[in-house]
Amino acid sequence: MSLLHRLYATRWQRIEKMTTNTHTPPGSILRWLGVIALPTVLTLAFLWAGGWLTPHRLTQASMLDALRKGSGMQSGFRRNHAKGICVAGWFEGNGNISSLSTATVLKKERIPVIGRFALAGGLPYQADAPGKVRSMALRLSPSDGQEWRMGINDIPVFPVGTPQEFHDLQLASRPDPATGKPDPTRMQAFRTSHPWLQPAMAQIGQRPVSSGFADDTYHSLDSFLLVAEDGTKTAIRWAMVPVQPAMPDAGHTNDHDYLFQQVIKDIHTHPLQWRLMVTLAGKDDAIDNPSKEWSQDDRQIDAGTLTLTGIGSEENGPCTGITFDPLVLPKGVMPSGDPILQARSAAYMRSFYLRSGEGPTTPAISPEMTALPATAKDKRS
Amino acid sequence: MRNIEAFPLSSRILHWGMAVMILAMLFIGVFIASTVGSGYHRLVALHRSLGIAILVLAVLRLGNRLRTPSPPLPADLPPVMKVGAHASHILLYTLMIVLPLVGWGMLSAGGYPIPIWGQSVLLPPILPHNPMLWAWLRSLHTVLAFLLFGLVLAHIAAALFHGLIRRDGVLRSML
Ligand code: HEM
Ligand code: HEM
Ligand code: HEM
Repeated sequence: MSLLHRLYATRWQRIEKMTTNTHTPPGSILRWLGVIALPTVLTLAFLWAGGWLTPHRLTQASMLDALRKGSGMQSGFRRNHAKGICVAGWFEGNGNISSLSTATVLKKERIPVIGRFALAGGLPYQADAPGKVRSMALRLSPSDGQEWRMGINDIPVFPVGTPQEFHDLQLASRPDPATGKPDPTRMQAFRTSHPWLQPAMAQIGQRPVSSGFADDTYHSLDSFLLVAEDGTKTAIRWAMVPVQPAMPDAGHTNDHDYLFQQVIKDIHTHPLQWRLMVTLAGKDDAIDNPSKEWSQDDRQIDAGTLTLTGIGSEENGPCTGITFDPLVLPKGVMPSGDPILQARSAAYMRSFYLRSGEGPTTPAISPEMTALPATAKDKRS
Repeated sequence: MRNIEAFPLSSRILHWGMAVMILAMLFIGVFIASTVGSGYHRLVALHRSLGIAILVLAVLRLGNRLRTPSPPLPADLPPVMKVGAHASHILLYTLMIVLPLVGWGMLSAGGYPIPIWGQSVLLPPILPHNPMLWAWLRSLHTVLAFLLFGLVLAHIAAALFHGLIRRDGVLRSML
């Protein structure tokens, strides 16, 4: 028994002796208040921590609600980038940035990759169209388990810089039930109340559009920090730049799935490759705001090559049962202070949880569409 | 009957240390599940590490509890209360062990890497990668955590009832 406790014991025992035989001592109201005070305080604090007392707090639920306003409930599908296709291949680092980051994925080694091409937006059966935002998602899995996951888009900058702006933009751009198109007055109101986002929106509107997934460039948009052996941090963004020459869009507006059909055909004929181009932040670049463009003079380093050789439907493909959470990072890469990254990590987990519980889906791009021509013929005969 | 008056020091240290950790985990848990704010990533990382620490400590504590004597409840305590006290303690131990296992298991089933203590240790998966199982365990994690919180509240109210109303030495036995 501790000294402290022995001191206590003598004092308390005396009190106890006076009261032990009174089974229910006349508990004053004050004592009963003492009993319920701590549980009450804890309950209130718990309710506050869980956001129940602050209905305007931005939560996973309110982010997904805002996305659902645009697309309706699409049971079992990703809450954003819902129409997609699984791909597989490998990544081979070249060691060029090993002095800036200890990440094993960047070493000279071949690492298996699972990925996904998708169209932005929550509609799983939307028609392909040239102007729609395309995405590439990747999971690089080195043998030491230090995974790197990323979800990257073919726009030069992100339209917003904070989770609140993302939320408000979803609400502003949701389709009007009468026309099926965003309400122009609501969009205009968002633009006027967010003048600082004008440059980003203009850049996105004026971007060159390539012919398909294969010749597209995908950008991290968010910034990250590389961590070197000695702890030095370097702020970066990166892009996957196609090795295949970029062709201008040929405009197949009537074909519902032409982008996906094309990339299936491409990968069936030959592997597709991208260079991982890492951009080091210059001194005037905004690290924590993905809606701000970086200087054209920044140093760029080719850090390795992505090769995709396999493609398959989401229905039975390996990209469905995971989420490409951008904060699943290897040792040697860290999140920057960019607030969008935090919101993404939280929202992707919630989306992954909800859709997984809702069960399997019938995606627009079916296993029949992604089968090799030979096997498709086998099936028919 | 009253061979000892209080819990041994080891039990008291474990009890109070873990009380702070578990309450912190419950608050961090509901907070991370309802925020998209700047602390999210760091708090989830803390939640994983602290949760695994609780799992380890709970197993040690169970061993300690079974090996060391603990003070009996007052002889004059009504039988319902005795049963309630014992049942709630067993349930508290169960949840202190099962809840972190569900947390670990759900991330395994979800195909997530599970780093703890920064990036230094990667926990191996304890369940096969299965998205349905991930969703189911993620729900179970919430249900069990809320059950634990309710139980902790009742436990605290009971402890204060002993200390302030009955004044029967039970609260003191843990101080
Ligand atoms: C606060 C801002 C954002 C929110 C709330 C958000 C939300 C989401 C959600 C809920 C998903 C579905 C995840 C899943 O079920 O697995 C998703 C997918 C995706 N997001 Fe975001 N997103 C945001 C910003 C961004 C940014 C900045 C980028 C690009 C750099 C991006 C790229 C992607 C990609 C590529 C996917 C598809 C991943 C896949 O194919 O599985 N998102 N997003
Ligand atoms: C005594 C241990 C633990 C307690 C008391 C606890 C408590 C909680 C609570 C209250 C929530 C919020 C549930 C909700 O509102 O839906 C939560 C969520 C979560 N817990 Fe735990 N947990 C424990 C251990 C663990 C462990 C060991 C892990 C992983 C290794 C873990 C991973 C998670 C994750 C990933 C979430 C979801 C976060 C999100 O939704 O963004 N927990 N936990
Ligand atoms: C998360 C919070 C808590 C947990 C999980 C917890 C758990 C437990 C457990 C399992 C026991 C059984 C004895 C053992 O094996 O250690 C116990 C005993 C006890 N706890 Fe707690 N406790 C918590 C918080 C508190 C608080 C805040 C108080 C005081 C207000 C308290 C007062 C007591 C007392 C007086 C006992 C002794 C009961 C007896 O003599 O059988 N506990 N606690």
